Order: sequence, then structure tokens, then C-alpha cells
Amino acid sequence: MHEQEYVLSVKVSNNNGVLPRVGGLFARRGYSIKSLNAAETEEPDISRLTIVVSADLRILEQIKNQLMKLYDVHEVKILTDAVTREHILIRAGNSVEDRHKISEIANLYRAKPVDIAADSIMLELTGEPAKIDSFLNLLKPFGIIKMVRSGITALERD
Amino acid sequence: MLLSGSDIIVECLLEQGADTVFGYPGGAVLNIYDSLYKYSDKIRHIITAHEQGACHAADGFARATGKTGVVIATSGPGATNLTTGLATAYMDSIPLVAITGNVSTNLLGLDSFQEVDITGVTMPITKHNFIVKDIAELADTLRLAFDIAGSGRKGPVLVDIPKDITAAKFEYAPMKPIGQAPAKIDEDELNTALELIEHSEKPYIYAGGGVISANAEGELKTFAELCDAPVSCSLMGQGAYDQTDRRYIGMLGMHGTVKAAAVLNSCDLFIGVGTRFSDRVIGDPTVFGKNAKFIHIDIDPAEFNKNVDVGCTVKGDVKEVLKTLCAKITRKKCPWTNEVISKNFGEPVQKGTDALPVTPQAVITKLDELTNGNAVIATEVGQNQMWAAQYYKFKEPRSFISSGGLGTMGFGLGAALGAKIGRPDKTVVNVAGDGSFAMNLNELITACAHNIPIIEMVINNNVLGMVRQWQRLFYNKHFSQTTLDARHINYAKLGEAFGIQTFVIEKNEDIEPVLKKALEISKSAPVMIEVRVDRDINVLPMIPAGKPVVDPITEIDLEV
Repeated sequence: MHEQEYVLSVKVSNNNGVLPRVGGLFARRGYSIKSLNAAETEEPDISRLTIVVSADLRILEQIKNQLMKLYDVHEVKILTDAVTREHILIRAGNSVEDRHKISEIANLYRAKPVDIAADSIMLELTGEPAKIDSFLNLLKPFGIIKMVRSGITALERD
Repeated sequence: MLLSGSDIIVECLLEQGADTVFGYPGGAVLNIYDSLYKYSDKIRHIITAHEQGACHAADGFARATGKTGVVIATSGPGATNLTTGLATAYMDSIPLVAITGNVSTNLLGLDSFQEVDITGVTMPITKHNFIVKDIAELADTLRLAFDIAGSGRKGPVLVDIPKDITAAKFEYAPMKPIGQAPAKIDEDELNTALELIEHSEKPYIYAGGGVISANAEGELKTFAELCDAPVSCSLMGQGAYDQTDRRYIGMLGMHGTVKAAAVLNSCDLFIGVGTRFSDRVIGDPTVFGKNAKFIHIDIDPAEFNKNVDVGCTVKGDVKEVLKTLCAKITRKKCPWTNEVISKNFGEPVQKGTDALPVTPQAVITKLDELTNGNAVIATEVGQNQMWAAQYYKFKEPRSFISSGGLGTMGFGLGAALGAKIGRPDKTVVNVAGDGSFAMNLNELITACAHNIPIIEMVINNNVLGMVRQWQRLFYNKHFSQTTLDARHINYAKLGEAFGIQTFVIEKNEDIEPVLKKALEISKSAPVMIEVRVDRDINVLPMIPAGKPVVDPITEIDLEV
């Protein structure tokens, strides 16, 4: 069966055991996680995990069923029509020769400079994962010193 | 009323009707054991030789009675000693509540003496687990633990309780356990299943442990009659269907009958009820039941399409699903069924030697005859387990107590003790091999100390027989580390040391008198039998792992 990426939105109890439970399930059953984002929701007792998995439809169904067996998991939704966003912080080389080009790329993507040093610059960008990818590709030639991606967060559309 | 945490624990056990618990004391559970002392007229505690034995005993108790078993262990090593028992129960969906002590909350996370993160350790081998860090949550957590263990697809739940929580005082008000209503069954799923059954000319029912767990043996019988289908049971399903009934065609799977394999391949509808399509049954999943359509009825939808692709699934409590189906099926008449159940597929060829003429098969068959198929048979794991499953004719659920999923050698003795305590009215026999027996024979101490009158039957072939069988077939007869000749165990003296009468069966003439004597003694005291058998008696039929369930091996040439 054809494997592709799916975004799961998982409502879980907000306790400190829940991440190892979910992570352990993926690890021991060999399901592949591309990214995982966890944070509180509008209900303080509930956290939302946004998990990007790579799976075929059969495994996707398994993941959903196995997650639902965990006592701390309340809802698993496979998002098809959703707003997906990712946040990135990136420190790139900022030599005198490149400074102009980097700032041009940043402007193009509306990335915000958040920290500037003598020879490097930290940029911040939020957007669809594809936009983040292409932004990264353009910055690569100037030397990426460090970066962190938040992983995807998503909410389904009404 | 204001009670200590440990008193609250015992009160919660009593709320749940748990009047028997298994366990082992220690530092972190001193408070709990002080409460057990106080409540000793209301709750019976069985101390075993080892926490693993206690966990298996609680498991055997649960399997034999249908109640949730309870085991108590101290922190650190006490808790880790439970893990094999918890994993065993988890794989076989057995309801257990394990209560472990832990160091006081101020010492948690500091590598304190006998501290272990047991909730972390047991995450993958429990249905759920808790650590109680606030006494206000103690009673409700224990209630929830019982609720989780005994509902849906059952399983073990561990509750870890730090010592200061058992010492603290809190207001306790008794509560009656709340049962859960079974989930609604999907109409569309039911109708698809009904349609498949209606159009089938060769339906075959395969029942698993889920039927026993749901107490659905009566519904299964009616269902089989209405479908006019032959019936097989999985290893875990032994006893879910009366094996003396004409429809029963034997176990299906690696060591199932030739008939069951043939029926699997000729049926047009395979109805799996309360089963998880284990790899030990399906062999090669790509060709399993390739001529048939499938219906899979189970309480756990995660089992659907996991190991085998099935078209039609019905999610729900097996008892409720079968009841609903039975009410809607028009009684069928399938000529094929009569044909296959009366057809003779021959017997596998068993070989022994003149020096040791007794075969395990003959002993189990005689045991079945003398107990009229009414005993509870526990097993260890390996050849002993398969012979017990193949040659004892189980008539009712909860009479076969065996580690099916995890395959835990050393399970049987503890489990048999738990089963006997749960069902004192039953004859309980643990069918062991000499290898498995040696793993946890310490529990003979428990049998004696509490005078739990079981029969420990050690089938002694001086080898790890099942591994040897595989080494013969697949490893060029390199009997690596499976020959136990150097052990020279004197079973009679061993039994005597524990205070257990021990008998030997080594000639065919011994079988009946020894079994009769043991059955008589086991009315009041534990008893052991050593059955000396040839090391090259194999478990047959056999389908090698991962191979199609077609033409099982029925004879193994020892000379080649």
C-alpha cells in the first residue's frame, strides 16, 4: 500500500505520563513519527498532540486504533482539511557580502530577524511546512549554523 | 470516616469483592501489610515464595474464576519481579490489579533504596498504570484500576503507591463498583455479517479466549448450531466450546489438528470470534484461509486487519454480538459440515522407545478419562502445554490455564495454585515439563505452606523438548543447551523436602494407579507426579512458523 504523511490531532489527558505512553506505543510497534507537537488546550486538563506520521492506510488505521486503546487518549482525528502551521528559528551566517541577500530572502518570506550578531543572524518564520522548507533551501547556501523547527501544529477547518 | 491510606486500600479491595490477594511483604508495603493484619478476617492473603509466583497465582485465580486477580508487592525488586507476570496477563487479556509500594514521595526520583520507576517499566505490559501521589486520589484511583482491568478487552493495571501515602489519613466513604454497559454494536456491521452467514455454504467458526473472557460459551454453542458449522478453538479458547461435542474439530494452528487445517482451506466463510489471529495460528498471513471470506468479531478494533486482512468486522462484546446474531440468523443446513466432521483425517505418528514406553499423550488421555474432563488443567510452556491442549478434552471455559501469548515458562505452578484457591471445588493439575518446573519450583513451598491441594505433574524427558524439536527439524540436530542430563534431579526427594508426596510413572502399568492415587491425595494435600518419558517424542501435528496452514507434519523421522 502507498505510504504518505498524515497529520493526526490527538486529545490526551494533561499529565506527565502521557508523552512516554504515546511515544512508547509508536516506538514498540514501529510506527514512524515525522514530528510531534504537544501543548495545552483551552481545557487545562487536556493537551493536544499534533503528530505527523508516515504510513499506509492500513497502518494509519492501526495507529488510530492503538492510540484509542491508551486510557489517557480521548480522541484521535486524522486531519484532511486543516490549517497547518510550523514555526522555525534559524541562525544563519551573516557575512558582510551575504547580508543583503539574506535580508532580501527574509523580506520575501516575511521572516523576522530576532537576534543579530556580528557574523550571524537569527530569523523567525511561521508558515505552512512547505513554505518553511523552501525558505530553508534558499538560506542553505549562506550556511545554517543552528535551527529548530516546532513540528506541525494544525486545527481542522469548520 | 478518617482512615489511613493502607486501610483505604483494603477497604477498596473489599468494595470490589476481592477477598483473596496474593503477594509478598517488604519495606514499602509495611503499612499495607499492617492493614492486612487488621483486616485478616475479611481478606485472605497468600504469601508465595517469590513475587513472580504471586503474580501468576493472581492471574490463575482470575482465569479460573473470571474475577479480577489482585497481587501486592513491595517497591524496587518486588515490583520488577512482577513484570513477567504482568506481561503474561497483558498478552492474554487477563484482568489483574497489581498494587506496588514505592518509596515516600519526598524520596521519589532520588535513586532511593529499593526505588524503581515501576510505572515507567510496566507501561508497555499493562493496560494502564498509575502512581498515586496524593491521598485524596487513592480510593478513586483504585476503583478506576479495577474498572479498567475488568472492562472492554481486559488486562492488568498497576497502581504504585508511595509509602507516605499509605501512612497518611484521609476521609473514606465506601462506594459500590459501577459496571459499564456494553458498547453499542454497529447495525451495518451486523447486517454485513448476517448476509455473509446467510450466503455461506461452508461456514467455519474459530473461537478464541475472548469467548471465555466474555462468558459467551452458551451463545457460541447456539451460534454454531444455527450456522450449522464446525468449530475450532485457539489455544486460549480451549474450553470455550465443549470438545466432546460432534462439531468440535480440534485446535487450529501450529499444533492444531489435520482436520482443522483441512477445514480452514475448504471453508467458504471463516468466522473468528474473540480472537486476535495470532502468528502461531495463521502461519503465512498471505494465504491464511485464502478460499474463504472472513468475519471477525472482537471487542478490540485494534485487532481488526492487524495480522490478517478481513473484510467484515463486528466490534463489540462477544456475548452481545453473538446474542444479537443468533436472534437474527435463519437456521442453516450445511451438508459440507456433516461431511467434514465425520471424515477421518488420521492420527499423527508418535514414536517412543522401549526403554521409556510411557507417552505423555497416554498420560493426559488417562487423566482426562479419570477426571471426566472436569479438572482445571494449568500448564507450563512448551511440549507439555501442547500435549495438555491436544489430549485433554475440555468441556467448559476457565478449565485450561495457560500462558498463550507470552509463552511464559514457569507460569503454570503459580497459576495452578491461584486457580485452586479460586476454585477449591475443582481438581487442579499443573502439567509441567522438567525445564519449566525447574524455573519456578519454589512455589511448591506455597502449595505446602498453605496446603493448596494441586497435582504437579512433571513430564520429565530430561530435555527442553520443544526447543529440541525445533533443533531437530531446523538446526541440523544441533541440540545446543537443551539436553538436561547433567541435572540428576531426584523428584521424590525434592518432593519430600517440601513435604509433598511424589510418585513416578515410568511403565504403562503405572499410569492408572498412580493417577488414581494422586487424584485421591489431591482431595486434601498437594501431590507431585514425575512422568518419565522419551526425549524424542515430538508435538504433532506441526506447521512450521510462518508457513501456510496446509498439510501439517504428522510424522518426524528420528533416524534421518
